[in-house]
Amino acid sequence: MTANALMQVAVFLAVLLVLVAPMGRYMAFVFDDNRRGGNRFERIFYGACGIEPAEDMSWKRYALAMLFFNMAGVLLLYALQRLQGVLPLNPQHFVAPSADLAMNTAVSFATNTNWQAYAGESTMSYLTQMLGLAVQNFMSAATGIAVLVAVVRGFARRGASGIGNFWVDITRCTLYVLLPLSLVMALVLVSQGVVQNFHAYVDAGSQVLPMGPAASQVAIKQLGTNGGGFFNANSAHPFENPTGLSNFIEMLVIFLIPGGLCLTFGRMVGDKRQGWAILATMLMIFIPLAVGLVAAEQAGNPALHGLAVDGQASALQSGGNMEGKETRFGIAASGLFAAITTAASCGAVNAAHDSLTPLGGLIPMWLMQLGEVVFGGVGSGLYGMLAFAIVAVFIAGLMVGRTPEYLGKKIEAYEMKMASLAVLVPCALVTIGTAIAVLVPAGTAAVSNPGAHGFSEILYAVSSASNNNGSAFGGLSATTPFWNILLAVCMFLARFPLAIAMLAMAGSLAAKRHVPPSAGTLRTHTPLFVVLLACIVVVVGALTFLPALALGPIAEHLQAAAGH
Amino acid sequence: MSRLIRNALVMLLLMTVITGIAYPLVVTGLAQVLFPSQADGSLIVKNGRPIGSALIGQSFTSPKYFWGRLSATAPAPYTATASSPSNLGPTNPALAKAASDRIAALRAADPGNTAQVPVDLVTASGSGLDAEISPAAAEYQAGRVARARGLPRDRVDELIAGATRGRQWGLFGEPGVNVLALNMALDSAVK
Repeated sequence: MTANALMQVAVFLAVLLVLVAPMGRYMAFVFDDNRRGGNRFERIFYGACGIEPAEDMSWKRYALAMLFFNMAGVLLLYALQRLQGVLPLNPQHFVAPSADLAMNTAVSFATNTNWQAYAGESTMSYLTQMLGLAVQNFMSAATGIAVLVAVVRGFARRGASGIGNFWVDITRCTLYVLLPLSLVMALVLVSQGVVQNFHAYVDAGSQVLPMGPAASQVAIKQLGTNGGGFFNANSAHPFENPTGLSNFIEMLVIFLIPGGLCLTFGRMVGDKRQGWAILATMLMIFIPLAVGLVAAEQAGNPALHGLAVDGQASALQSGGNMEGKETRFGIAASGLFAAITTAASCGAVNAAHDSLTPLGGLIPMWLMQLGEVVFGGVGSGLYGMLAFAIVAVFIAGLMVGRTPEYLGKKIEAYEMKMASLAVLVPCALVTIGTAIAVLVPAGTAAVSNPGAHGFSEILYAVSSASNNNGSAFGGLSATTPFWNILLAVCMFLARFPLAIAMLAMAGSLAAKRHVPPSAGTLRTHTPLFVVLLACIVVVVGALTFLPALALGPIAEHLQAAAGH
Repeated sequence: MSRLIRNALVMLLLMTVITGIAYPLVVTGLAQVLFPSQADGSLIVKNGRPIGSALIGQSFTSPKYFWGRLSATAPAPYTATASSPSNLGPTNPALAKAASDRIAALRAADPGNTAQVPVDLVTASGSGLDAEISPAAAEYQAGRVARARGLPRDRVDELIAGATRGRQWGLFGEPGVNVLALNMALDSAVK
């Protein structure tokens, strides 16, 4: 790693740590139970929707509201795509995407995955992008955060029958968290060169330049850990991420809400240290992997070593593996982005992950396979991590032979079942989905690179969909009915059953009474617990996926090193 | 149950109006007032007609011009309506072949230059539309361009320096040389 690379990583972490504390405090204020009635605008809004904001929902009602709202979102987005040919704001006259592609895209955006089997600038009208895709960017992010807040209420409440009001939670999240941040972010992006207009594409003589309302959509795609690019090249596109500064901000906001929510959680359960402990666990896993990724890319691609190529880092070039990377980002800002976007379930990319070195590509893949709990999706990452925390206190409880407790709540069979479901569902989806894809000709036909890397493309795609990330080894030609359906099923099952399991757990926890800590209680804000939790996340991820990774990136690394 | 469904539909409708119509329109309005040039694509206008964008690369193949990154867009390099990386895996033989073909082309255009080729000149960018090359890649090509144009090397170096930007705020990203800006400056310098 170069000195500047270390500096860019250090500055990123420093600015992040400065910002998460106020962010966490602000979100705790937004979701404060005592303000459920809301202000005047909110009351008018709730009135129009026929919502009774004071209603405290049982977990089942909360889950149903969440499901209905998201299914309505899927249907609206599907309809908008299929009808875009006859709808306005389509200056390039794009026809409707096929039924399977539109279905895949609708599920993808509603589940906060933003897997894209299409190229934005040659497929989607401005109307589809802003009224369909961008709206789901907001709504899926708000849904994730709402579910998380409800889960945290489960821990915070005592002897309660409800876990909050879904409508109030998504309304407040959208109006007070996502919208204002997106507005500021979008304008900063425009100042750097991200386009924001409704013009037809510009004929510039030797080339035609794409246009569109990109900045407004890019802002929320980063903030909401959605990741669906306005353009095909996503944040590698100069109109989507034009400068080193825009890139830094795009990276920063990916972690801003997931990081802030850790501290919101600490505040809501009445012990800020609990939030810092979770954040520390995430950073403990993230930092070494991010540094490893940058180092792997800086080491360069052995396949070019025999050629007359200068890949040494110097004051005049970043060197390293530049295939699929933009000059303005070089190695450090591309490697860091790749680690952030896969640690969080964002999935925006500023470099071609398919062209990362074998080990550089292994890291994003494994970060997703860890279950998207290292920051993860907004809301979903933290409730996934809380499931791991419950597994951790359970294992610790087994060691000393005591009933496990977490945050003053007894963890019993029901909670363990739900936590296990949340941990195991994505693992099962990745392994079973990959197995299906490699056994079926329609699955393997999509592969574009030979050898072990071809398997990596499949494994990456299913890992991405099954953890609601959305990034890709882009060589995979996934715009086929087989892939559209397989990945849509993975995205759906990874999102909603898991959220429902966590809500069920929240319902059970909220009803329980508080157990005061005793001498035998495992203290969950200590470095010991942080290490235990990190180990459990890593061990589950390693045990489940090492065999598959050995067939893909590890095999390719050994081949590349041996010069084959 | 039916109340929840009704709530969901109205809520989705209102949220669509707020986040899908009001929000992008407000951003567009503010962007067009505050940063009109950037919001419209940082266009380069010559004789009243747009000839490109300062942010989007164009294809140059003549020895008289600086060449940019390889571009994997289809059907031709630097097709701006079809941004795409090559997606070639690191061990894919096609990747090494693309690199060695580029080295051969650079050598053919500049037979006397035996220096190693900077890696960004033999690899495709992530968007296929990268407007920039590294300062090392510009320096590598400076001798060839100077000879092809009959310009003194110093003059070419000056023009390179004019098209070079450092890391933003001295920290973020990497330095780069804007290939289109540099080539346009070369054309005006000859006249």
